[in-house]
Amino acid sequence: MTTTERHSYDVLVIGAGGAGLRAAIEARQQGLKTAIITKSLFGKAHTVMAEGGAAAAMGNVNSNDSWKVHFCDTMRGGKFLNNPRMAELHAKESPDRVWELETYGALFDRTPEGKINQRNFGGHEYPRLAHVGDRTGLELIRTLQQKIVSMQQEDLAEFGDAEARIKVFAECSIIELLKDGGAISGAFGYWRETGEYVLFDAPAVVLATGGIGKSYKITSNSWEYTGDGHALALRAGATLINMEFIQFHPTGMVWPPSVKGILVTESVRGDGGVLRNSEGKRFMFNYIPEVFKTQYATTEEEGDRWYTDPENNKRPPELLPRDEVARAINSEVKAGRGSPHGGVFLDVSTRMTPEQIIKRLPSMHHQFKELADVDITAEPMEVGPTCHYIMGGIEVDADTQQSRVTGLYAAGEVSGGMHGSNRLGGNSLSDLLVFGRRAGLHAAEYVRRLGTKRPAVSDTDVEAVRTWATAPLNATGKDTENPYDLHAELQQCMNELVGIIRKETEVSSALAQLDVLAERYTKVAVSGGRAFNPGWHLAMDLRNMLLVSRCVATAALERTESRGGHTREEHPAMDPTWRKINLVLAAAEGGKVDLDRKPVPTIRPDLLALFDKAELKKYLTTEELATAGEEASQ
Amino acid sequence: MSYEAHFRVWRGDIDGGALHDFTVEVNEGEVVLDIIHRIQATQAPDLAVRWNCKAGKCGSCSAEINGWPRLMCMTRMSIFSPEEIITITPLRTFPVIRDLVTDVSFNFKKAQAVPSFTPPKELQPGEYRMQQVDVERSQEFRKCIECFLCQTVCHVIRDHEENKPSFAGPRFLMRIAELDMHPLDVADRKDLAQDEHGLGYCNITKCCTEVCPEHIKITDNALIPMKERVMTRKYDPLIWLGRKIARRS
Amino acid sequence: MATGTVPGPGKARGVFSAGRAQIAEKTLRTDNWRASPIFMAVILGIFVVYSGVRLFMNDNYYAAQEHYLTPMYSPCISEACVEGSSDFGTWLPDLGTGVPIAILAFPILTLFRATCYYYRKAGWRSFLLSPQACGVPEPWKKYTGESRFPLVLANWHRYFWMGACLLLLINTFDAFKAFEGVGDGIGMGVGTVIMWVNLIALWMYSMSCHACRHILGGQLKHFSKHPVRYRIWKFISKINPKHGDWALISLFTVIATDAYIMAVSAEWISDFRFFN
Repeated sequence: MTTTERHSYDVLVIGAGGAGLRAAIEARQQGLKTAIITKSLFGKAHTVMAEGGAAAAMGNVNSNDSWKVHFCDTMRGGKFLNNPRMAELHAKESPDRVWELETYGALFDRTPEGKINQRNFGGHEYPRLAHVGDRTGLELIRTLQQKIVSMQQEDLAEFGDAEARIKVFAECSIIELLKDGGAISGAFGYWRETGEYVLFDAPAVVLATGGIGKSYKITSNSWEYTGDGHALALRAGATLINMEFIQFHPTGMVWPPSVKGILVTESVRGDGGVLRNSEGKRFMFNYIPEVFKTQYATTEEEGDRWYTDPENNKRPPELLPRDEVARAINSEVKAGRGSPHGGVFLDVSTRMTPEQIIKRLPSMHHQFKELADVDITAEPMEVGPTCHYIMGGIEVDADTQQSRVTGLYAAGEVSGGMHGSNRLGGNSLSDLLVFGRRAGLHAAEYVRRLGTKRPAVSDTDVEAVRTWATAPLNATGKDTENPYDLHAELQQCMNELVGIIRKETEVSSALAQLDVLAERYTKVAVSGGRAFNPGWHLAMDLRNMLLVSRCVATAALERTESRGGHTREEHPAMDPTWRKINLVLAAAEGGKVDLDRKPVPTIRPDLLALFDKAELKKYLTTEELATAGEEASQ
Repeated sequence: MSYEAHFRVWRGDIDGGALHDFTVEVNEGEVVLDIIHRIQATQAPDLAVRWNCKAGKCGSCSAEINGWPRLMCMTRMSIFSPEEIITITPLRTFPVIRDLVTDVSFNFKKAQAVPSFTPPKELQPGEYRMQQVDVERSQEFRKCIECFLCQTVCHVIRDHEENKPSFAGPRFLMRIAELDMHPLDVADRKDLAQDEHGLGYCNITKCCTEVCPEHIKITDNALIPMKERVMTRKYDPLIWLGRKIARRS
Repeated sequence: MATGTVPGPGKARGVFSAGRAQIAEKTLRTDNWRASPIFMAVILGIFVVYSGVRLFMNDNYYAAQEHYLTPMYSPCISEACVEGSSDFGTWLPDLGTGVPIAILAFPILTLFRATCYYYRKAGWRSFLLSPQACGVPEPWKKYTGESRFPLVLANWHRYFWMGACLLLLINTFDAFKAFEGVGDGIGMGVGTVIMWVNLIALWMYSMSCHACRHILGGQLKHFSKHPVRYRIWKFISKINPKHGDWALISLFTVIATDAYIMAVSAEWISDFRFFN
């Protein structure tokens, strides 16, 4: 057996985005030896793409805001499919998490009183998003990164070694989690730079690997978003929930082709941007669904007044939750009222001065100027839906973020439940802070409870992974497959057949295609050596994308209703009986997945009481309403 | 709208390498990174390149295009004429790993050497009060995406390997300025900036500002103000005289 | 197809250092990067030669009739100054023909410009070749920049700026004096206009200065506590990005003003008067 580089840690955090870094900070603050593993360089994670802000009911701009209102907005946005306990914890704890960032050095935009400024966003009743222009994600990553550096400086002073208690393994990918019986014992991966394998002994693993967008052709996600955490967890015996719910952000760039999918922040609409079709009509007024009729303006005049006087007017329908806007744009384009490159027009130039636009939306201005040669202060943008976020993910305990596997935790986009069927803008940055911290905390507690009796890594398991991973490099012969081709076909398949609008026939055919792709994948071969070989890296990631895509398609076929990020053409309505059901996926033999129906955790009566009866009627079954009524009267 | 472009891409590793010629299809609206990806998908599957967001927000795909440090994802093909030969090399200031990928760990080490944000001890989370006008200067520097193009182009280390230990580079001198201007930071890094991080090596030739993809005015807004602050601390003859007199009496 | 070669051991520094990508070319820039440093060297050369000649001329610096005093000799404080040119007293003795009359003003102005952040950039690029252009290797084995004596003294820029501002106040006085009529009363000639254009250029150059920006506002940690100084800083920040342009514009306006006054004073030309 060849010798492998081997490290031992208390807590292993996989992923260096917001959730991963926050988890690592917490584990280290608990005094544990923590490793952060990232496929990219430190500080490059996809969190930097988050633009709008972090939702936290601090009430700095409108003092009527509170965690209760935030909780209700989150549940409403998720169409009541959310894990209510997670939504509650999130709403309660996010202000503390945001304030904490200031102690790490974050510089949010300010109110005149010097507090953190908050902006309006789709689905949020009050201005709630702490932000820095439109580069909040970058601020968050940099702040957490610098906090980790400051901890390393402390350790340098104390132990003479900056990496004594927290170390970043940059450009390192994990191929498989290792277990001892039912508990996590470590992880096995490779250095991207050299291609050499590396083994970690660790009793606790926090997965914070983000989403799955790279399975889609048009996506706002970076190459890292290959569903690694979802797949690692599945193969380790954990379960995934809500995988059918994928958020298509309504406004991605549609031109030029090379940037198709790249995000245009929702702040553009929050700050006054309006959507028009090729006839110049503000079409969103035609797409206000029944459940939102009372909360949105029905005339352009009222919508316009809201920007200056939100107290006395209702907000314009451009600020409906993302799923509604994405579907509306999709319909307009299909009806032939789209823009030249197959989107619709998003215009801020007629509503703000060039100075205001550059001040409030600097990176959008920059992005369009440099990438599309469009000056958004003078002309409208062309936008269309893009695969942006997966609500589904690893099923975890709401309080501890532990999955069904002992020692395996998940936080951020890779975990499921918090956002239900649709995530509100701004809730992801706060999600990853709140649950990143919780995952780090509970992983640390678990390790402490464990004492010195730690699960052991099995050499046979390690050898099996090594053999599997090395295979594509040694594969020869004519009958081999190119990973780039397989990836392109997978993206095409998912985009066309399991996209925004899903049909039974199409999803079924996607599943059939996935079978074929999985079969072809067994013959994948890459040329070149081990050192920084992107072909090999893709081959490693492709297995995860294939598995996760299968989960998405399987769940999408099963759920015969339309809700949030899942729209079935044959079943356009929301069905209250489906609201009670979570689709749970587990790994089965031969790369297949098993699907199970499980009840959605019930909403505690005190939380249910926060809602208006009339509103609950839209979501809950009559029996549920009756029980809720009884409990309330008791 | 498509045409065949001529690319010369450096391929190799620490033991040596060479510029390799490629003829690749280019379509309207594409950027250099698209072309590199096309070479990867069709001609050289193991061509190593570092990239992430492809939207100019993560700062991963730094390279030198026709000798000029740039982000490949933000370099539109339309700035070149179809006949032009486009040469792509890795950053020439840091050790090469393979092809277009370099070892930028120098920067992470320098980041670790800048003392972190230090708020007043008694201030509790949630109590931070800062005015917008007071945070704006540091906010400009926090736009930095750490692409390290400024570090690459700076002749102090690009042309002098021996200066690397004593010079932090524009990115991290700017980080010091950011903290010095932070309205709630109480630490003092002025002596450190000059003595440990080599602010005096900067001869304000502004290449860092010229290559910054975020258009941060590194020299005018960070480095020169920092030099002025260091001047007050270390080189002001009147202040020096004042201190002498104060010490005597 | 491959064109790279491994550089010889003698060249192994800078971009050719061990460990870096081995590329034979010093720079792969395809644009005309030599143009800018050469252009700057020519401009600065012209100014150095012109001012050197003028400095030792000790003549034709004051057009007595029109009351034009060239900014290069202002204030004229030597006992050797011609009659009417010394509005601020003659407290320096006549040091003879070999010594420039402008012995006070000239060094201040030279040091102000020499330590100016913009001219430093120009000088480093055009004369010291460190670097000539971005991404073009500099020829020197060692480089310590402005970290040591004497270049560390560039840090005194703010004091030269203060001196220059005092001189500028005197130039402003001179410019008002240029409204005095030939004989008596008020008047205005082409020279007056030239002097005022020069004056504005000099003020813009001096006010957009980085040291000025620091002293008047930039050094503050909390702008919110100093609203007036913040507004001044905002204004300076607005013109500061054009500091380099003003540096060059004012260089030419000084030459033009001096040359014009020299010509009038020497009676090579006569000043056109708009009114008198």
